[in-house]
Amino acid sequence: MEAPLLSVNGLFKSFDETPILQGVSLDVEKGDLVSIIGPSGCGKSTFLRCMNFLEVPDAGRISIAGVTIDCQGLEDAPPKDLSAKAHELRQHVGMVFQQFNLFPHMTVLENIMLAPRVGRNIPADEARSNGLRLLEKVGLEAFAERYPSQMSGGQQQRAAIARALAMNPQVMLYDEPTSALDPELVAEVLSVMKQLDAEGMTQIVVTHEMRFARDASDYIVFMEGGKIVEVSDEDEIFENPKDERTRRFLGRFQ
Amino acid sequence: MSAGRRFRVLGGSRRLARRPWFPSLLLAFVLATAVRAEEKTLRWAADPNSNAPYGFYNSNNKLTGFECEIIRAIAKEMGRKPVFVKNDWDGLISGLGIDLYDCVIAGIEITPAKASEVLFSDPYYVTFEQFVDRRGTPPTSSLSQLAGKEIGTLGQTAALKMLEGTPGVIVKTYPQEVNAYQDVANGRLFGVLLDYPIAKYYAASNPNLQFSGPPFGQIIYGIVIKKGNTALLQEINRALAAVVASGEIRDILSKWGLWTPTVAGAFGQPEAPSLPDTEYQSFLAAHAVKPSLGARLQGYLKFWPLIVKGSLMTLQVSLVGMVLAIALGFSLAIMRVFGPWPLRWAATLYIEIIRGTPLLIQLLIIFYGLPNIGLKLSPLVAGILGLGLNYAAYEAENYRAGLLAIPRGQMEAARALGLTRAQGLRFVVIPQSFKLVLPPVTNDFISLLKDSSLVSMVTLLDLTGVYNRIATQTFDYFGTGLLIAAIYLLIGLPFVRLARWTEQHLTVDVRRPAQRSGLFALPGIRKK
Repeated sequence: MEAPLLSVNGLFKSFDETPILQGVSLDVEKGDLVSIIGPSGCGKSTFLRCMNFLEVPDAGRISIAGVTIDCQGLEDAPPKDLSAKAHELRQHVGMVFQQFNLFPHMTVLENIMLAPRVGRNIPADEARSNGLRLLEKVGLEAFAERYPSQMSGGQQQRAAIARALAMNPQVMLYDEPTSALDPELVAEVLSVMKQLDAEGMTQIVVTHEMRFARDASDYIVFMEGGKIVEVSDEDEIFENPKDERTRRFLGRFQ
Repeated sequence: MSAGRRFRVLGGSRRLARRPWFPSLLLAFVLATAVRAEEKTLRWAADPNSNAPYGFYNSNNKLTGFECEIIRAIAKEMGRKPVFVKNDWDGLISGLGIDLYDCVIAGIEITPAKASEVLFSDPYYVTFEQFVDRRGTPPTSSLSQLAGKEIGTLGQTAALKMLEGTPGVIVKTYPQEVNAYQDVANGRLFGVLLDYPIAKYYAASNPNLQFSGPPFGQIIYGIVIKKGNTALLQEINRALAAVVASGEIRDILSKWGLWTPTVAGAFGQPEAPSLPDTEYQSFLAAHAVKPSLGARLQGYLKFWPLIVKGSLMTLQVSLVGMVLAIALGFSLAIMRVFGPWPLRWAATLYIEIIRGTPLLIQLLIIFYGLPNIGLKLSPLVAGILGLGLNYAAYEAENYRAGLLAIPRGQMEAARALGLTRAQGLRFVVIPQSFKLVLPPVTNDFISLLKDSSLVSMVTLLDLTGVYNRIATQTFDYFGTGLLIAAIYLLIGLPFVRLARWTEQHLTVDVRRPAQRSGLFALPGIRKK
């Protein structure tokens, strides 16, 4: 059997002595769409940010698309090659933020072209045509020359997805991608993610959108207190949660 | 050595914003040692701003004064060509130390303290302190009579020392003798104690003032030569002796109305002047007339080339200095925000030291101090470097604030896209911070433009130097001040407009989202 595309083992992380992650492990197969849900402060965002080393874990092992980083004892003596390793790992991982984090001083197309041009030396023509293709894919072909400030939140988030896709990631991470959006703009972002799922993209989504989690996910991860409490089929977890804590959390959404 | 020097402020305004030292004529003899024998020159330095009757520009814009004539006579006697080097008062002695010229003749009093720092020629003039008060006041026969009274003088003069040594006297120091005498005339001050030549030129013709009491003390002026240059000292002393013996010095001092029994006695010559005091009379005549507005404006036209030259110097020093400040300040900010700890530490140290010490001192160290360790800079380079290095510290703090104001999510997005930290800085963070720092940087440029007036300390003739030159020649401080202030304003305005324009055009698309994400990102608060 093929190794999972993404594999996390025994992840620990504390901020200022406060434990946030306490031994989190998760395997994700290629093409899966996984939703991570859980109450505020349960560590789900930190978990996601650890996957591409925006936060450096205190302990644990992360392996994505063949790049493995063992974090044992990083706290005491970070190895010299950690940032090089993290850099290598990020080449396979795209990330989308709650606040979009588009670069406000660049047009949408420039936002998309920057990383391929600067990080990979892709020729300008190629980066441009690829960028336009991605904008078309997220339905923003008419917005290439706009600045982020001239677009709605939903459009900005779709542009951010296109920007991440421009580096041809094997895994896409979403950190509450619709939380900053007006309700009527949420759907356009989710439909892009569904479309990517249909095309076989591997996606991990930290979300509060229970409907989306239930409709689109291959399975759902429920976290609480820095641990994964339950991993379950999307219908199963909503209709028949095994764990009392899951039941309590989901009860609030009924 | 400045504390030991005695300098006289002659005539009028020194720099308005600066501490008035003692304007005196520094005649610098430059020993052109490298020049071939038949072309030997004598480079002498002085600060000719407001230095009548020592050395000053007269109303025809010609350098004149009794020290000026004496040094020319000496040069002639030595068979050398006199070459005048202008220096700001405060730098006259220091300039001697770095061989900008070879000697200084500027009403500097010979004292034992100073004699250990420099060489003094034999005396070329001997005088005393003259007390001046309002006409009709009972005569003052000794300084102790002045106890309890407010007495004015100039800073760092022998007169000041004498007043401070007299118990009970309330001493007031003035930047310019003109103001001191004016305050006596209008009753704000009881009297003024200053060197006789100053009193004669600035107080004697005023009908509201009177000379009161006997000569106080004795002051002996000598030409100042760099320590160790005894060959030149002997050469000058020989020539000076000849100028005295031939009676030429008596002629010169008589013309200027300065041949007093005191100096006659010192030289062992007859007390009567050998010539009528024509120079003194023409000085009085030139300043007795209040020119009409039209004549005054016409007078300024004469100075137009000088004003243009000074403006260009100010502009040049300011622009190049600012470019240096921006480049260095930017590097310092990057070091301080993103560098490893040794760089961070070094940048912080630099910024704190530079911001915590006066620009004037920094300039003087660069120009006069560095030659001691073998680094001799031209005045222009020193001026630009002084301004640039100083303002770099302020620019660094501007940029640091700008860099820190960019939401953390911007760098995270860049890293998440697989860019390195350096790439994220260069393409994402720095371009955004540029817009944020534009207003404060513009502000600093305007400050720098005005602070550039300090470069006259290192012998450059900038706009403020031009102000001094014109004001002390025309005695129109007010009008000249307005004119020069207006020119500073005119130079600065285009840059303010340009910055505003740039700011508007850069931020139109950018400002809103930057503020929005900044508001939501709550930098420093970690997500759990």
